[in-house]
Amino acid sequence: MTMAIAGRAQGALPNQPLDVAAIRKDFPIFETGIAYLDSANTSQRPKQVTGAMLEYFEKFNSNIHRAAYRIAEEATVRYEATREKVRAFINAASTKEIVYTRGTTESINLVAYAWGRKNIAQGDLIVLTILDHHSNIVPWQILAAERGAHIEYVDIDEKGELRQDQFADLLQRGPKLVAFNLVSNAMGTINPARDMVAAAKKAGATVLVDGAQSTPHQPVDVRALGCDFYAFSGHKMLGPTGAGILYGRRELLEAMDPFMAGGDMIKTVRIEGTTYHDLPWKFEAGTQAIAEVIGLGAAVDYLSALGMDAVRAHELEITEYAYEALSDVEGLTLYGPPPSRRAGVVSFALEGIHPHDLATIADRDQVCLRAGHHCAMPLMTRLGVAATARASFYVYTQKEEVDRLVGSIKEAQRIFA
Amino acid sequence: MSAAADDQFYREYILDHYKNPRNYGRLEHPDITHEEDNPLCGDVVGMDFRVEDGVISDIRFHGRGCAISQASASLLTERLKGLSLDEAKKINKDDVLGELGIDISPARIKCALLSLKVLKVGAYGLAGDDEE
Ligand SMILES: Cc1ncc(COP(=O)(O)O)c(C=O)c1O
Repeated sequence: MTMAIAGRAQGALPNQPLDVAAIRKDFPIFETGIAYLDSANTSQRPKQVTGAMLEYFEKFNSNIHRAAYRIAEEATVRYEATREKVRAFINAASTKEIVYTRGTTESINLVAYAWGRKNIAQGDLIVLTILDHHSNIVPWQILAAERGAHIEYVDIDEKGELRQDQFADLLQRGPKLVAFNLVSNAMGTINPARDMVAAAKKAGATVLVDGAQSTPHQPVDVRALGCDFYAFSGHKMLGPTGAGILYGRRELLEAMDPFMAGGDMIKTVRIEGTTYHDLPWKFEAGTQAIAEVIGLGAAVDYLSALGMDAVRAHELEITEYAYEALSDVEGLTLYGPPPSRRAGVVSFALEGIHPHDLATIADRDQVCLRAGHHCAMPLMTRLGVAATARASFYVYTQKEEVDRLVGSIKEAQRIFA
Repeated sequence: MSAAADDQFYREYILDHYKNPRNYGRLEHPDITHEEDNPLCGDVVGMDFRVEDGVISDIRFHGRGCAISQASASLLTERLKGLSLDEAKKINKDDVLGELGIDISPARIKCALLSLKVLKVGAYGLAGDDEE
């Protein structure tokens, strides 16, 4: 059972320019010939990740934390090892602050439930942004309705960037909670999160940062960021579906009640009452997604070996290339800020062609393109569109895939001319 | 090159119905009016009906969205005009898909059947069952 180099892309040295051709060899799916331009939705997964999961299934499949035999110990060790990998990856102070969830959505719901119900009261203000994903809106709407709190949304300017003047005004009103995404999945906007967190903390707010689109694509340091909670999903960062992370500052997590109750999250259960387990297990009730968490650990290894600065540099190059290429297409509207201030996400619309028609035509060319509202309906309403087409990139994306997208767009324009 | 496949899907008459929709617009004082949307892709289709002696004497549709949803609505209005309500009631999902005459992927079925939903829910007050 050796896995020491499992996460290492062949020959990769941290933060050297990415060797995309070598990286692509780790992703068998590219043998199908697809151009995969939907990594903001979910990423592909390298052999190192599926291999780590398969190894669990084939060599030490068992439940964790509960059994005394050897394979169960092995499973527990592998499962817990991911916590330290993730801690180091986002520079949290302690593994006690790393809670496994199913993903960003569950992480945010956990906070809305276990922190929100204790801390949000009648008349309190919650500040969100128009760039937020539904998963960072709906849990707060439910909480606000239940508590009689209210929500204000920071708007965007014409470049698709958050209006910091309006944010500052809202902070004057003393919000209890500020929650926003570091990177917008719909437009790719990279928000000035450090400044925003600092301002929000100064105003006395608790701050949750939705890191679903930032963690996979750029270096993240939660302590430098200064937020109280940080949520992300493994499946967008080369890991499997079903495993994600909630980071929470220890004192906040300590003060919170459990989110779900049952096995594993308890210390002792008596008929008269129960004492809860220590952090982080207090929030991990029931049998966990063991293989998925192990897979997530392998994904973190893989990304760490590449180096997140190199990952960002590669995506910036592809994004600049795509931005240029798409700017040249007649009748195409690009949404959001210029490449230097956006992640590897390009959202656009074509005159006279609905994004779904474009996506269907692209699909005929094996180009996987997202069309829709990107779980950001308030933003779509704000932009005055029902849907956009979106191309998004990752460590394995090649310029040639962008060229294929442009080819599909031209083909759509020919058909619809 | 995939042009053949595309052209099969986006057949000339479908594109024609999309670009030059039949019976497009609104009726004044319609006897029945109903609108449905498909929030997932933002397609909207609404229909206005004039009914005389149990027969659909006039019909208009309005909306926006992808070629499949709009062409399907346009085709359906052509078929509905002059039909009795009883006959219109019998139109089903297979009729609508058959009229489009193309293979529709599961992801796009909702687009194709949005206008049928308008007909059913609006004109007959049937529960909005998702035709999938
Ligand atoms: C910014 C953002 N937040 C939250 C989510 C929800 O993530 P998940 O579906 O993995 O819970 C996504 C995924 O699309 C996202 O892009």
